Amino acid sequence: MAAESVNHGRRRFLTASTVVVGGIGGVFAAVPFFSAWKPSARAVAAGAPVTVDIGKLKVGEQLLVAWRKKPVFIVRRSEEMLATLPGENARLKDPDSQVEDQQPAFAQNVHRSLRPDILVLVGSCTHLGCSPKLNAEVRPEPWDSEWKGGYYCPCHNSRFDLAGRVYDGSPAPTNLVVPPYRFVDDHTVVVGEMEGAA
Amino acid sequence: MAGERTTTETGVLGWIDQRFPVVDFWNKHAGRYWTPKNFNFWYYFGVLSGVVLVNQLVTGIWLTMHYKPSAAEAFSSVEYIMRDVEWGWLIRYMHSTGASFFFIVVYLHMWRALLYGSYQKPRELVWIIGMLIFLVLMAEAFMGYVLPWGQMSFWGAQVIVSLFGAIPVIGTGLVEWIQGDYLPSDATINRFFALHVVALPLVLLGLVVLHIGALHEVGSNNPDGVDIKKKKDANGKPLDGIAFHPYFTVKDTFGTGVFLMLFAFVIFFEPTFGHLFLEYDNFAPADPLVTPEHIKPVWYFTPYYAMLRAIPDKLLGVMVMGAAVLIPFLLPWLDRSPVRSIRYRGPITKLALAIFAVAFVILGYLGLQSGSELQKLVAQICTAIYFLFFLLMPVYTKIDSVKPVPDRVTMHD
Repeated sequence: MAAESVNHGRRRFLTASTVVVGGIGGVFAAVPFFSAWKPSARAVAAGAPVTVDIGKLKVGEQLLVAWRKKPVFIVRRSEEMLATLPGENARLKDPDSQVEDQQPAFAQNVHRSLRPDILVLVGSCTHLGCSPKLNAEVRPEPWDSEWKGGYYCPCHNSRFDLAGRVYDGSPAPTNLVVPPYRFVDDHTVVVGEMEGAA
Repeated sequence: MAGERTTTETGVLGWIDQRFPVVDFWNKHAGRYWTPKNFNFWYYFGVLSGVVLVNQLVTGIWLTMHYKPSAAEAFSSVEYIMRDVEWGWLIRYMHSTGASFFFIVVYLHMWRALLYGSYQKPRELVWIIGMLIFLVLMAEAFMGYVLPWGQMSFWGAQVIVSLFGAIPVIGTGLVEWIQGDYLPSDATINRFFALHVVALPLVLLGLVVLHIGALHEVGSNNPDGVDIKKKKDANGKPLDGIAFHPYFTVKDTFGTGVFLMLFAFVIFFEPTFGHLFLEYDNFAPADPLVTPEHIKPVWYFTPYYAMLRAIPDKLLGVMVMGAAVLIPFLLPWLDRSPVRSIRYRGPITKLALAIFAVAFVILGYLGLQSGSELQKLVAQICTAIYFLFFLLMPVYTKIDSVKPVPDRVTMHD
């Protein structure tokens, strides 16, 4: 066939339409490979709520439980501990818990909890996910000479107070997460679900 | 005959050469690959990274024969390899020590490129492909470190994967997508295993072929930064070039021998290398509820980790760390000097290179420490130096004085 008889218009159309149709097909074909990386049905099911008996939890102590495999801290705070909270406001990034994703609406208060004394927190630092340690004593610490008790993350030096509120100067951007939870009775808490929501 | 290649070879080699250009291939890459005759000590590290790569592939394949990629069994299967599999301890220590030696030789190989301007025109692609190899190697090393599922494996995975959580809007979903769970878990270790032993090694090998292919197209640089192709004899062979085989295969065999002695010494007498190559916290099984008191990455990531920690802001810290890893890609275009080698550059460039090297080593040290306020300040200064070295390079390499570059390479004999 002579070169003059090549229909360039048709060739361009066929090439372009093949690329477009093939490209769309390629995107659809990629969906299963992408979705196979998402948490599987089994992983989601394993994230069901957990029931915790806090009857033996003493004042000032912390209970460590696992919810969605993550560490969850449950602390029975003393009156003295709760009294320290308002005084720290000036040194905090978000003293009034205004970042909404960090707690259910019921915990958007001074003590960030349903009951003032019982604190429930997801124990993963909002910086890079290490688990902060409870340093409940009021005493000068290497990271803060006016430490009023709270959480210190050993990985990258983030500090939180006894309501999980993050201190200024921490690499963590937000307060520790309060998970959804509810009380069945005085000494039983269910982590992972709350009143009025599934 | 139609389709057959002409060859002067006979016998089996002739039969093959008629069908596949094996003789051309050999000559292009070894027998007549003209290599500058003034290569020095620094030119061992390219070949040595190839040696370590082979070590990692062979020992890695053997490890997969006994290793179990599951959260429940991984830790105990590694201990099983160490205690019950015949010679398993040796194969495992060859692999774990090999990982650290990989980074030692690759860092020295990159330092060589900085000293002699090996990234400059026409070797920009050699440098860029090399940087891609470095990136893949980082991912490969990270995922390999997760596989034993010790405490440091778990919390290292948690921190590194959480870096992606700093990305606005999609961050949280992206982290769960990478992990396949709410935390690093069985799904994570299983997919990291697939990536570590299949996907990334394939990419790595492909990039190594491209790296060497690109190099052999433009030819090797040398400590004088002289283009040896400018002075050729009547046959077109560079006057300062000698055949890669046998001259450099013999030299590199000797270097490999010395290297393997050092390698063997560490494997047999100090496989954890003072807990730098294998951290003590990784000899405890992963516990998703309790973070070790002091978590840190393995030594080869600590310079970047120190930069992450120096910035007291999540998103900014991650961006600085990412930029630190990526900025060397631009090196061929940041360097405006008319000469390649440090031998003919002026005092400003020499000083900049020296300060950069010191800052990088200090960052590496600080990344291993717990991070006091003073250390944070020093890390911030060194991070600034690291970036200024690159960002100011177009200025100081341009205004710096240079010495005349000779026509031919210099030899000391």
